[in-house]
Amino acid sequence: MDTVWESRDLILDGFGTTVFLFVVSALLSMTFGTLLAVMRVGPIPPLRAAGTLYVTLVRNTPLTLLFVFSTFGLPRMDVRLSFTAFAIVALTIYTTAFVCEAVRSGISSVARGEIEAARALGLPFRKVLRLVVLPQAFRAVLPPLTSVLNALLKNTSVAVAFNVAEATQVFRRLQNADASATFPLLMITALGYVFLAAILLGGSRVLERRVAVTR
Amino acid sequence: MAAVSLYDEPGPRGRRRILIGSIVGGLVLLALVLFVLQRLEDTGQLRSVFWEPFTRSGVQRILWEGLLATLKAAGLALVLALALGVLLGVGRLSDRLVVRVLASAMVELFRALPLVFLIFFAFIGLPRLGIDTGPFSSLVIGLTLYNGAVIAEIVRAGVNAVPRGQTEAAYSIGLRKTAVMRLVLLPQALRTMLPTLISQMVVLVKDSALGFIVAYPELLRSGRLIYTNIGNVIPTAIVLAAIYISINLTLSRVATWLERRQRGGRPTGPELDPDMMVGGLDSGAD
Repeated sequence: MDTVWESRDLILDGFGTTVFLFVVSALLSMTFGTLLAVMRVGPIPPLRAAGTLYVTLVRNTPLTLLFVFSTFGLPRMDVRLSFTAFAIVALTIYTTAFVCEAVRSGISSVARGEIEAARALGLPFRKVLRLVVLPQAFRAVLPPLTSVLNALLKNTSVAVAFNVAEATQVFRRLQNADASATFPLLMITALGYVFLAAILLGGSRVLERRVAVTR
Repeated sequence: MAAVSLYDEPGPRGRRRILIGSIVGGLVLLALVLFVLQRLEDTGQLRSVFWEPFTRSGVQRILWEGLLATLKAAGLALVLALALGVLLGVGRLSDRLVVRVLASAMVELFRALPLVFLIFFAFIGLPRLGIDTGPFSSLVIGLTLYNGAVIAEIVRAGVNAVPRGQTEAAYSIGLRKTAVMRLVLLPQALRTMLPTLISQMVVLVKDSALGFIVAYPELLRSGRLIYTNIGNVIPTAIVLAAIYISINLTLSRVATWLERRQRGGRPTGPELDPDMMVGGLDSGAD
């Protein structure tokens, strides 16, 4: 137990890094994911095809392979970033595909009458999307988006093998230094993850109630 | 596609705009691809020394063995996860409060923790309890715990989806609770679950790449053996991605086919986007 207490700063730093990886990758992949979803439902064939291709390729690739590609591969192409930035690149490439699918499922859940009415009013594609579909899709997207983000939160731990001092790597280091503290360390790390997931899920539930409307 | 179009059938002006958009969009995409290719060329990633090794039988054998190891871990984990999932899923439906609470707690815990963490738990924690785990068993245990929890939820949903009359009929012919579950509910639930289970295999194949972290010689680790020797990280990553993607697309296709077949091959009814059906469960958790 002593090891855990004495290393509290390290452990907190580790979870700080986990949260940092999560927040930056979440913001980036939500932006790119939404753009990609718009490309996929839009009228321009090359963009539709590119969006579909991206999602198909990335969704079927292991995240760990993307980490290998970014951390060890990008430097070969003279892209030099910190290990944390490489981790964010890998997490963002991966999560973007899943955000895209979540947003797309949200778009397809908007009642067809709404879309038909918007088109009957003569709104062009951009306005149909911006004024009618996306605001409603946002509500429907929350549950699937939450599970995508929850997966992202857990996925940050893959960075353990790629030189990022996030929570799981801090656990590894502390456990290496003092093997007798294995179980307290396992417990505190597990608690940390469960706590972060609880914040995420709780936040999403509050937001969901806020934006809920009776339809 | 049953989905409503978000835009009207374009008139002459719209068609022109779409054409312009296609050309501009296409050019931007093309420029992007060319930029990446140029970058790869400039940094010497396209040199044949980096690609030629993949035609050698020695390298191919390494990849083949890695692929078999990946499928072995993923396949074994799927079977074990199914067993655990049925246990936990049925446990959550139990009449006994203790069983229900225990099963629910386990499902929630295994779903809340990162898979990497579960693998480390098996790799580092279990040996300290006197349970000998190597890289292979650690990977399989981690995959089993996480996917068992996911499958438990599928089982629960599957059992709940069996029409009520089935249970009532089973009770009325004198079957007991266990027999109703074992002989009537589970077989029907499992049958409808089959496509979902196969798509879960996609998740397992992807997640088994985490064996990389505990040095289990699966496909990605085999790739590492190649690129640390030859220095061709990017070509190796591309070859590995191609292998993973083709396996997973094949699995998805099988799942979609099974799903279609189970719906009785009815040609009517809304055509679901196969992408969405199969990907529904995979939120990208690793």
